[in-house]
Amino acid sequence: MLTFIVRRLLWTVLVMFVITVLTFLIFFKTPGVDPARALAGRSPSPQTLAEIRASFGLNRPLPIQYLLMMKQLFVTRSLVSYSNQGLLVVPEIAAAAPATLSLVFGAAVLWVVLAIAMGVAAALLRGTLFDPVLMILALIGISAPVVWVGTLANYFSQGTLHNTFLFSWVPPLGYTPFLQSPSLWFKGLIIPWITLSILYIGFYARVLRANLLEVQNEDFVRTARAKGLREPRVVVRHTLRNSMITFVSLFGLDFGALVAGGALITEVVFGIHGVGFLTYEAFQSLDLPTIMAVVVFGAFFIVLFNALVDIAYAWLDPRVRPT
Amino acid sequence: MAAITEQVEAPADLRPEVVGRNPWALAARRLWRNRLAMAALILFVLIVVACLAAPFYAYHVAHVNPLAPNLNGTTVINGKVVPVMQQGGGTLKLGETPIGPTWDPAHYALGADDLGRDVATLILYGGRSSLLIGIGSAVLCCVGATVIALIAGFFGGITDSILSRIMDIIWAFPVFLLLFSISTELLTHSQGFQFGPVHVSASSLWLPTIIIAFIYLPYVYRPVRGQVLSVVRKEFVEAAIASGASNLRLVFSEILPNVVSTVIVLLPLMIATTILTEVALSFLSIGVQPPNVSWGTIISDGEDLLYTRPWVSIAPGIMIVLTVLALNVLGDGVRDALDPRSKLRVGAAW
Repeated sequence: MLTFIVRRLLWTVLVMFVITVLTFLIFFKTPGVDPARALAGRSPSPQTLAEIRASFGLNRPLPIQYLLMMKQLFVTRSLVSYSNQGLLVVPEIAAAAPATLSLVFGAAVLWVVLAIAMGVAAALLRGTLFDPVLMILALIGISAPVVWVGTLANYFSQGTLHNTFLFSWVPPLGYTPFLQSPSLWFKGLIIPWITLSILYIGFYARVLRANLLEVQNEDFVRTARAKGLREPRVVVRHTLRNSMITFVSLFGLDFGALVAGGALITEVVFGIHGVGFLTYEAFQSLDLPTIMAVVVFGAFFIVLFNALVDIAYAWLDPRVRPT
Repeated sequence: MAAITEQVEAPADLRPEVVGRNPWALAARRLWRNRLAMAALILFVLIVVACLAAPFYAYHVAHVNPLAPNLNGTTVINGKVVPVMQQGGGTLKLGETPIGPTWDPAHYALGADDLGRDVATLILYGGRSSLLIGIGSAVLCCVGATVIALIAGFFGGITDSILSRIMDIIWAFPVFLLLFSISTELLTHSQGFQFGPVHVSASSLWLPTIIIAFIYLPYVYRPVRGQVLSVVRKEFVEAAIASGASNLRLVFSEILPNVVSTVIVLLPLMIATTILTEVALSFLSIGVQPPNVSWGTIISDGEDLLYTRPWVSIAPGIMIVLTVLALNVLGDGVRDALDPRSKLRVGAAW
């Protein structure tokens, strides 16, 4: 088990390295992208450009530039943005991270609870009308693009129904840090939480229901029923545990992807200035240091959660002890 | 005694003939009998046909020039001639608001967008782009991933390791960031590219198609490779090798037919996924570029008009939900038809 964990983590580091190199190459190697010109402002003279190149190390060979950037990112944390003069990139990301974490964490709690409830209910109520109805709701959840649901939510909560009792409590779009005002933090995040989780509730409810039904055919469930246990107890105590393995592993992957910047659309639609929003702005202005920093941030989380999920999977299911 | 023995055997011509059926025919029949999946298929085909008929709608029903801005145009509502862009309200009469839905197909059925274009026509044209990109990239992705999975699974060993690691890296690269990176890179080249004799313009629909196909390669690769690996170990492959089959014949005659069903199950679901991805990309302006429209760009154009003319943003979303829903239901139906006992089964409640 230990060798597996160590190998997995080593692979993680290697993947991170490859990802940073790829990002670096993609941006710095393309013709037409000239950071010095972007930094210099309007109609720069050749001397200005040369000075900027020297001071930012842009005239050094690529591998040296790469190492320099990595050093500035990880060691000295003094990486400076190209488009916003003097803005330190790492503290900016650190400041934006709580918004993203609040959004993703809250949505995750919501979707796990509701998906388990829906999946178990659909499995228990199999054969009645509720099962297809719940699954249709789940399907609609998967089919609606987040960008549209968010826009629709904004339309109702900020627009037409804003003055009615339904949505008058909704604050203007944006994120309020928890320490500043817990109630505004909460009120401002409820609708984004619901929007973000609709897609995942649909997906996870279906996955859970399928796994539950599969496990229900196993012998140990037949034994439990033969013992005389009532159906809800059989489902929750016995089958649910065995069905959670897929659920947990998929959850780990999705959570990692969301924190890494997958919540981008939700953040842009609701005006929450988190890491995803930063990413979007960085790509709009082609601000290479910020792009590198968010890619590293994102890749780190994805790779970390991939590794955690693999380890958790091997731990939860002894049959899958790894190579 | 003789009478009893005579009754035991039915006459030869009344005995039912046992007809062997091809598994594909059986699967097709199962799919055909699944009414919900058939309804979904019909819905999807209707949407595709409607989008293909976009020029017809534009020129013969709505009488507009589909993608051209129409800021000074007029249209007829309830018999009165009305400008498409109306003066803003309020005391200062600032700004212009496009007209809202008239529910009349000949005259701006869903209203106009901020450039005075007919939203209903735009949605049909947008559907062409979205569907083209969605279906194109899903097909490219499935074909490409199958080829790579066949190579990896068949040759095994170090080829498999290297290919799988490359797929892991593509998958580990945060998907959206990879999409962003590649899209932004390609889009900064406003002149387009030269790939040898081929010139691809920057606003071509091929770019999002290829990018999205590339992104989802690992997603299709994983299950297909699993299937290839399990088929390669089966006895009939061993028998084929023993009878001297060449590698090519092994792959195409023995392995591929047994792997194809996995890919067919994945295809409608991949189309749904790629359509949703394309919508998100276009919304963020890194997917379909002007002058082309797609459902995502229409939603993004409608953002500014959201509180006054919500239909510009809402209508494309409804089309997307219908299309993706139809594809998901169809995908479930195909899965049930091809492999009723499959472990991949998710949520078939009917």
